[in-house]
Amino acid sequence: MQGTQLKALQENDSGITGALDLIAGFDDALVHGFARLGEERASALAALAAAMAVTPLGERVGEAVEKVSAGSIADEHLMALAGARAALFGAVHDALLSLLDEATGRRRALWAAPAGAVATEHPNLLAGSRSWLRELAIAGWRGVDHDLVSGAAQTLQAVLAEPALRRLAVLLDGLAAELRAASPISTMERLPVRRWADLWTRALLLSQPGAAARPEPEPVSGRLLILGVDVHEHATVIQLQVHGILESSGDPRLVRASVSAPKVDTIVGLAVWQLLQQHKVLLHALARHTSLKLTEMPLLPGGDLIWDDDKARPDGEADPFVTARLVLPNASAPAVSPLQRHPAGIAEPVLLEGYTATDVSVNVSGTELTVAAGRLPLCGPLTRELVAASTACIGLLRWDAGRWLIQPLAVQATTKKAQVNVHNGDWAQGPTDLKAVKTEAKALDAVSVLRERAGRLLRT
Amino acid sequence: MANEWERSSAVPVVPPVRPRKLAKVPFVELADGRLQGVVSSGSDIARVYVSSIAAKTHGFSCSTNNNRPCGGLRGRPCKHLDSLMDEAVLQYGGDRVVRYLHLDVEPAGATGRQLMAALRGTQVSTPAATVFSRFLHHLAYLELPGSNEPIPELHWFPSSVAVS
Repeated sequence: MQGTQLKALQENDSGITGALDLIAGFDDALVHGFARLGEERASALAALAAAMAVTPLGERVGEAVEKVSAGSIADEHLMALAGARAALFGAVHDALLSLLDEATGRRRALWAAPAGAVATEHPNLLAGSRSWLRELAIAGWRGVDHDLVSGAAQTLQAVLAEPALRRLAVLLDGLAAELRAASPISTMERLPVRRWADLWTRALLLSQPGAAARPEPEPVSGRLLILGVDVHEHATVIQLQVHGILESSGDPRLVRASVSAPKVDTIVGLAVWQLLQQHKVLLHALARHTSLKLTEMPLLPGGDLIWDDDKARPDGEADPFVTARLVLPNASAPAVSPLQRHPAGIAEPVLLEGYTATDVSVNVSGTELTVAAGRLPLCGPLTRELVAASTACIGLLRWDAGRWLIQPLAVQATTKKAQVNVHNGDWAQGPTDLKAVKTEAKALDAVSVLRERAGRLLRT
Repeated sequence: MANEWERSSAVPVVPPVRPRKLAKVPFVELADGRLQGVVSSGSDIARVYVSSIAAKTHGFSCSTNNNRPCGGLRGRPCKHLDSLMDEAVLQYGGDRVVRYLHLDVEPAGATGRQLMAALRGTQVSTPAATVFSRFLHHLAYLELPGSNEPIPELHWFPSSVAVS
């Protein structure tokens, strides 16, 4: 990606400021609670309703704002409000992504998958989740205390045990842990206002029957060239999201493979690779920089492979930087699933070259781009120092708090006069660095101690 | 800056805990208004002690998971509570422990022993079952199956070395 392309991306705001202001009004209502709206916050909600008036959601949002302002806070009203917020962020997401596609010249598929069938599974679990989210909305973040957070425990445990609700479970668990760590919130100096409203909204959407239903995958075969790996984690989960390019019939296309495992907070850093060992072929390809031959691997319309190690085998060596230089410019991007349209989900692979860097930003021919320093994972060798010493990177373009960011997945850097290529996934089969080997011993110990304790205590 | 933090979707709220050896104290948490955890018995691998220290009052307790009182508790904290505090400092940093328990200590560089000396509470009885079941719940995560389907919500939870 060139400096001029970055400049075009950053200088255009496509009128998203107005949408963000409406969202901020809603988020403020969640801070203080829907039970204590007051005139100012009620009028912010009324503005939200007015903005939605001409959309299919208009009538329901209008009614919800009226009822909620009058003190009647029912499930359906909260759902309409969450829907309005999600729709606004969906529009912001679309505007940002089309700017990005325009700046990079990236072609993107249109969403064509049919809506999933209306599902009716797990009504009690979903109702339990909605009921907790409703209590949170009524109390507001400022009114959340230990009891309100603990109130989620039983529902959460039941949701966690149901594989079909994994997305909701992981989200509720992450939100509850943050609220628990922050309680009592009334005395907190500042709140992650946007973030918690995002999590609350998405959780409420996922608590609707059928929300977790996914469209049918299609089997794909061909060569997968890996660009890099993004790592997500909170106390009780770890997810690897591998970005790559699939060469099959037709144009090369961007795809992702995501594998995740439950964990606990004391399993951190290098130990997380240990939890994903059943995906040996994928980890091997990450550590050794090889491409993979896929046979009939299921691919969802949103560009996500449903990973199955048995349907992949190692192919030849493939340097991700070569892939990024030669194949990425012609790769087309998948459509974004309608429910996932939120700026926080934007993670578009790009190659940046010939820049100067510090540990907080890169400068590509005069255009500054902030580094997402909070997204360098604990389990890999990539550090802020390496980013500062780099001149090229494969990264994910992201957008947060009103600006574009680059999250490096791999860098080319000069250290001690030698040029090195360092990738997030380099330690997928264990560290290659002497200092890290020691840390790994401790990390592996954590996994085995807890497994021993679980074996002894859970079954007595 | 505060404004930008509040407008950010991906700000870290809970700092990741620091890696530590788990053999002696497999479980430590700051929750339910207590520092609480589970300490493995040195002599019997099937036995564990459940130890806790309450925030503010600093009332402390220690018993086996079957509610037998710990023999080492004689009106003052036993060695299990010492270990619990040492490991809590390793896991969370002295800062967070001092703040959570409302201890009157200079947190910078404080050791577990110094924090124990700052406790003002007396021995209380806390039902071991509550803490022990939280530990079992904690262990149960490791028994849940993994997934090969994307969890897009995790974009809000980046793995990160840097927590500002």
